[in-house]
Amino acid sequence: MAEWKKICRVDDIIVLGSRRVARAGSTDVAVFRNSSDQVFALLDRCPHRGGPLSQGIVFGQSVACPLHNWTIGLADGCAAAPDEGCTPKFTVKVESGDVYLDTVELETIAIGKPEVADVVAVGAETAAAERPAP
Amino acid sequence: MKRMKLVMVGNGMAGVRTVEELLKIAPEMYDIAIFGAEPHPNYNRILLSPVLAGEQTIDQIILNTVDWYRDNGIRLHLGKKVVDIDRRRRIVRAEDGTVEEYDRLLICTGSNPFIPPLPGRDLAGVIAFRDIADTHTMIDAAKSHRNAVVIGGGLLGLEAANGLMSRGMRVTLVHLAPWLMERQLDDVAGGMLQKSLEARGMEFRTSASTQALIGGPDGRVVAVQLKDGSEIPAELVVMAAGIRPNTELAEKVGLHCNRGIVVNDTMQSITDPRIYSVGECASHRGIAYGLVAPLFEQGKVCATHLAEFGIGRYVGSQTSTKLKVTGIDLFSAGDFMGGPDCEEIVMSDPYGGVYKKLVLKNEKLIGACVYGDTADGAWYFKLLREGRDVGDIRDRLMFGESNVGDTGHEGHSKAATMPDTAEVCGCNGVSKGAICKAIKDKGLFTIEEVRKHTKASGSCGSCTGLVEQILMFTAGGDYSASPKKKAMCGCTEASHQDVRDVIRKEHLLTIPAVQARMDWRTPDGCSSCRPALNYYLISTWPKEAKDDPQSRFINERSHANIQKDGTYSVVPRMWGGVTNSSELRRIADVVDKYAIPTVKVTGGQRIDLLGVKKEDLPRVWKDLAMPSGHAYGKTLRTVKTCVGSEWCRFGTQDSTQLGIDLERALWRMYAPHKVKLAVSGCPRNCAESGIKDVGVIGVDSGWEVYIAGNGGIKTEVAHFFCKLKTAEEVLEYSGAFLQLYREEGWYLERTVHYVGRVGLDHVKQRILDDAEQRRALWERLQFALDGEPDPWFEFDKAQVDARQFEPVGAL
Repeated sequence: MAEWKKICRVDDIIVLGSRRVARAGSTDVAVFRNSSDQVFALLDRCPHRGGPLSQGIVFGQSVACPLHNWTIGLADGCAAAPDEGCTPKFTVKVESGDVYLDTVELETIAIGKPEVADVVAVGAETAAAERPAP
Repeated sequence: MKRMKLVMVGNGMAGVRTVEELLKIAPEMYDIAIFGAEPHPNYNRILLSPVLAGEQTIDQIILNTVDWYRDNGIRLHLGKKVVDIDRRRRIVRAEDGTVEEYDRLLICTGSNPFIPPLPGRDLAGVIAFRDIADTHTMIDAAKSHRNAVVIGGGLLGLEAANGLMSRGMRVTLVHLAPWLMERQLDDVAGGMLQKSLEARGMEFRTSASTQALIGGPDGRVVAVQLKDGSEIPAELVVMAAGIRPNTELAEKVGLHCNRGIVVNDTMQSITDPRIYSVGECASHRGIAYGLVAPLFEQGKVCATHLAEFGIGRYVGSQTSTKLKVTGIDLFSAGDFMGGPDCEEIVMSDPYGGVYKKLVLKNEKLIGACVYGDTADGAWYFKLLREGRDVGDIRDRLMFGESNVGDTGHEGHSKAATMPDTAEVCGCNGVSKGAICKAIKDKGLFTIEEVRKHTKASGSCGSCTGLVEQILMFTAGGDYSASPKKKAMCGCTEASHQDVRDVIRKEHLLTIPAVQARMDWRTPDGCSSCRPALNYYLISTWPKEAKDDPQSRFINERSHANIQKDGTYSVVPRMWGGVTNSSELRRIADVVDKYAIPTVKVTGGQRIDLLGVKKEDLPRVWKDLAMPSGHAYGKTLRTVKTCVGSEWCRFGTQDSTQLGIDLERALWRMYAPHKVKLAVSGCPRNCAESGIKDVGVIGVDSGWEVYIAGNGGIKTEVAHFFCKLKTAEEVLEYSGAFLQLYREEGWYLERTVHYVGRVGLDHVKQRILDDAEQRRALWERLQFALDGEPDPWFEFDKAQVDARQFEPVGAL
């Protein structure tokens, strides 16, 4: 049984943007709102190098990771081909403009902080942003 | 819905690629059947030469296994030659009686070798070099026979001759023209090629025409007789005198053919709208292409029309040539022979084995023929395709692009000599071996595909040339591309220039307006196009177009630099790199108060606080009480200065003050990319003005201004721009140049690339030769910057969404 916890109003999330749900001792959950006011929730960690997806650019049903521009599907948490990998997703309920997440999921999915794993050096800007103009 | 039926005649590279593209965009639309005359699934025909030379095996060059066809639900008819098409009843019939019905038909029958009508052409041991069967015949002949003659000294003939030689045969190459590869090389390069192949043991008869093939008692060829009566012993004769589009079937069923099946820009045959054709058998605007990249482009266009998207036109390609003979590097493109109204730049070192000829017409590169050192082939080809004015780089053109300090791959310029373990892409840590493996395993053909799968050359791009070379050797890809402009991203057909133009011309003010006007395919664009559109709007219509922070990269939304662990770095502004004790005290206090782990002095003479938590950013800014350093944006970053005449015993000018003035005048300036300035007080140039977007150097009589330098990926020394007397003039000229860049640059194009694209002469003309224009540019910049907010303090005015710093619904 889901135990719904009210997180915020839909209007608290900027259109084509996100908010972070802080989880003490564990990675945050990112809550996204797209241009059709759909709300999605993913673990705030890119499957590539752990970038915070909440900081990415939202478009359609996707978010671009701010570190290396991987495109992650908001509905399934999976990277667009040819990249591979998925980040956990969380069930979202929207009722009369309020956004709810399931406490059971929040307390069981991806608990604990990951080791700061193999991360490539990222300069003042990310690799993606440094891409030269065509 | 009942699925439509698609039948493809021909199972080669261009056709199967078309089907792959179709499956990608409309996987459920068609029931597909494919006929192939050969008994093999689709393989990479280009790589038959390395197979012949024993460098690869047939298995390695298979592109689509039989399983692939099955997994995609395609009925594959192998070894069945299609002999008839009933266009009225829409039925295809093969030799063995197999029939398939179609709603759409794709004819990809490729080409046939041209066999000259010589006496003896039907003798055993006389073959062409076209398919796997021919390759096997040659490999077998090399086991039991000694002498081979190859007729035709073009690309294919040379590759065949080389392969046979490496299998131990004595090979003579007979060629009609006076030098080899006369359609791709000039006489000098052709001569050098011949010499180096002679050194390997190949024999040549040039300006020689064959009269007959002479048979022995067992019906096998024994010799080739030339017109002069001489005879060359040969138990194997390979005809490589060219190819002809295979239009036998198309002509039989009444499709209009003219050296190929005539198709329109959507690859539809002009006779029957249900029939499409791509590949070597298709004649588009009078040309039947024989290289893989244009054919794949045709395939892509064709697929979108088969999928009934109705978008995309194929408008032709420019092609270039490289020879796949290990150890021999040659490259040619365009009109390399030149003519009366052309100019040539030639470098020739016959002993060193290097020859380069560049052909120019009206200050544009129209042809190139390079032998021995082809590292710059891709660059020449790019200049040729773009047709840009090369007047300003004429003196350096011959020495190529790589003479100006690319970094990140240990200075390698020849991919062939690199070991597999060598790092090609220094940004993403991709080795040569990894690239080769991906190309082979995933069947990649274009630089874009390699970039997508391996990330090599996907970041800074400086290793693009190397990756192209690797692609060349591994997949047999070729340097060819269409001359058409490049689309901004996958959301649109429009190029950066198209978008800039339409925004200005039609006074567009919002991203949705541009997207509607230019037929964007996606509702919100993507992370590539949205930041560009936002920049174009606010730079073209300052004070009118409204900034859209959600279309900006995170750094410009949170006004700090995101780091690899998700924390941020904060760089407060210090005008001209000058600070004082109270600023330093405040910085120290902030570092303590917020437990900031790293404090570092930057290359631009500022102090960087690294590892700040996002939620602390607003308070860090407030406590610092210093302006935003904009170290996170596509903006003016810093003006680096030396101490100048105020303190330095060599200083001739007050460089520090000018640096401060420039920074105060230009800060908050968004641009296509980051902008860095420097001011040095004397020619010792301690502020490194020579590698900045605008670099100023004080001399006794005034200031020298340099532009479009770069200290990054491509270390590029700035061009001398002008000499000025006063500091006020330096402000006006620098500002005018930066405004021109802001108005004309493409998003993410640094000044070095912008000036490289439009030419230094253009910039000089607009700013140095036209005082009125210059002042207008400078005024437009001042107008745009007037009243711009400091985003660290004026959240409302700068549209900073303060909610982003606070988490919600904490547990």
